[in-house]
Amino acid sequence: MKEFLEFFSFADANIRYVTIGSVLLASSSAVVGCFTLLRKRALVGDAVAHSVLPGVCLAFIVSGTKNPLILLFGAFVTGWLSLILIDYITSRSRIKEDTAIGLVLSVFFGIGILLLTSIQHSGNAAQSGLDKFLFGKAASLVGEDLIVFGAVAVLLLITTILFYKELKLLCFDVTFAKSIGFPVRSLELLLTTLTVFAVVVGIQAVGVVLMAAMLITPAAAARFWTERLGVMLALAAVIGAFSGISGAFVSYTAPAMPTGPWIVLIVSMVAILSFAFAPKRGWVARMLRRRHNKIQILEENLLKLFYQLGEQHEDYFSNRTLDNILTRRNIPKTQALNGLSKLKRQGYIQRHPDGWALTREGEIRGKRVVRLHRLWELYLTQYLQLASDHVHEDAETIEHIITPELEQKLMEELNYPALDPHHTKIP
Amino acid sequence: MILHVDNPVVEVHDLTVSYDRKPVLWGVDLTLPAGSLVGVIGPNGAGKSTLIKAIMDLLPASSGYVRIFDEPIKQVRNRISYVPQRESVDWDFPASVFDVVLMGRYGNLGLFNRPRKADKDAAMQALEKVGMQSFANRQISQLSGGQQQRVFLARALAQNADIYFMDEPFAGVDIATETAIIELLRTMRAQGKTVIVVHHDLQSAGEYFDWTVLLNMRLVASGPTEQVLTQELLEQTYGGKLTVLSKVGDLLRKQEFPTRERKS
Repeated sequence: MKEFLEFFSFADANIRYVTIGSVLLASSSAVVGCFTLLRKRALVGDAVAHSVLPGVCLAFIVSGTKNPLILLFGAFVTGWLSLILIDYITSRSRIKEDTAIGLVLSVFFGIGILLLTSIQHSGNAAQSGLDKFLFGKAASLVGEDLIVFGAVAVLLLITTILFYKELKLLCFDVTFAKSIGFPVRSLELLLTTLTVFAVVVGIQAVGVVLMAAMLITPAAAARFWTERLGVMLALAAVIGAFSGISGAFVSYTAPAMPTGPWIVLIVSMVAILSFAFAPKRGWVARMLRRRHNKIQILEENLLKLFYQLGEQHEDYFSNRTLDNILTRRNIPKTQALNGLSKLKRQGYIQRHPDGWALTREGEIRGKRVVRLHRLWELYLTQYLQLASDHVHEDAETIEHIITPELEQKLMEELNYPALDPHHTKIP
Repeated sequence: MILHVDNPVVEVHDLTVSYDRKPVLWGVDLTLPAGSLVGVIGPNGAGKSTLIKAIMDLLPASSGYVRIFDEPIKQVRNRISYVPQRESVDWDFPASVFDVVLMGRYGNLGLFNRPRKADKDAAMQALEKVGMQSFANRQISQLSGGQQQRVFLARALAQNADIYFMDEPFAGVDIATETAIIELLRTMRAQGKTVIVVHHDLQSAGEYFDWTVLLNMRLVASGPTEQVLTQELLEQTYGGKLTVLSKVGDLLRKQEFPTRERKS
């Protein structure tokens, strides 16, 4: 708790810098990641991230320093090279893109690890800390590193905002973009460059192994909450920033811990929560909708049974006992009782000492279900030429989902019919 | 029967297009008259979409050239509009109907510039023309097939072009949409625009188009519809697979042969 307060009071200048840095890195890669995701090239980010490692190592071997600009340059070169290789392999051979990504990723990463190991055994004192590129260390984001990587992150954000319109069209409809004369190839190049830069700055915080998660996970989580691209970008940035701060905090309180896995775990938690609880798209919302449907079906089936009994006795408002109601259709008793008490609360039926009876509103609703059922049966026999003994099952479900507008349309198309295919009256 | 016209809007000369070295269209030579409704008709795999894409320079041609309004395509891009096949995009993209229609204005706007108020007005007017104004804020993932097609048409209308290329706009749409679209195309023709439509239904072709192009890997016919839609020409287009032609195409691909010899 003490550490928490200490960190989030931001009294220490170092903490301020580290936090600003992590937020910038994480949110800029999240924003770029949105476009990569929508372009359906999510895996490419992973390939770039792994391919950056040999570049970093080579830059160190050649220059002998850990100057961030030089390392960034090295990372950029091999990251870019990997993308060009993937494109080249896919267009010039029969190898598909996923295979090409796998190939390039493993070869580059293998070379990277090889170089890293040989540097570590070379006895060069300056090398200590290079391995942070593997799993990331947000706390080391100070001084020169912060300025360079922070500047690149800001530049990334500005570029995406500047090219928002173009990138949007590129991701939605490339051929159309080409047809109106957009420089599609240059724009693709731009998006690729942005992706490489996002990866290069992001690995400071997360490391190459888990960088793909920083690109894709915030974007995927944000997609669950919104149907607007602008909002999606903003949300992804916020999710990225949140995980960035958490990563910096972990890095500060537990210096021995690698930051990357923590950031990725946190951002993944956000994603899982989004998958579960987002309105409309989340699975909780979907489950509730299904439950609601089930209840609606039960209620309407009960009202239908009441109405059919009414038809049989030509008396719609008399009392019916439970056995009475369930003669035509076998609904489990407890379920039926639940449904009945719910209908009573809603005012569609009334409880009497010897059973239940429809209210006026209940009769109307029951009538509508029966009507829709018979209308649909008629529609199926007339328009789909189905035999009249095949249509009942289908109508059992359709009767619950037909909207008033569709009902009107059905009536028109069937020319306001009086009888269903079984020669029963359509109420 | 290939008729040529004077002062054509579209002039295609010896156009050959290949996918992965295999030619799918061989030596097409054709001219189209201004202010007409043109149907491009042929069986599956005849190269109908390929033809219009190659005309618009969306696909590289192995040989030949295209002139539109007697200029190379690059000079007249802003007078040309393209309606791609509905299935060519992912409709689960996070955008509203209005967003997509507004994309029709991007070409005039150029890079960096944001859509202005006038562009938004134009997009709204285009939506009205296809009867979708009440759907402006709807998410595109919630549209039916016919509605998606109308949105694509509205996007093209927002471009205010002079010549329109449409890839299967009638595929998989309901009757109401089909009628609405053909009405719209007729209005456009009355305004002097040229509309070129890839179409697969022979029944309606005779009624819809005043100029017809029959295609099956090569140009079979191009001319006024009533002269082109004859028993004999249709048999040439639909009957008998061009087995030798596709075999030669396969060979070109397998042997990595160039489609045309390089001129030194």
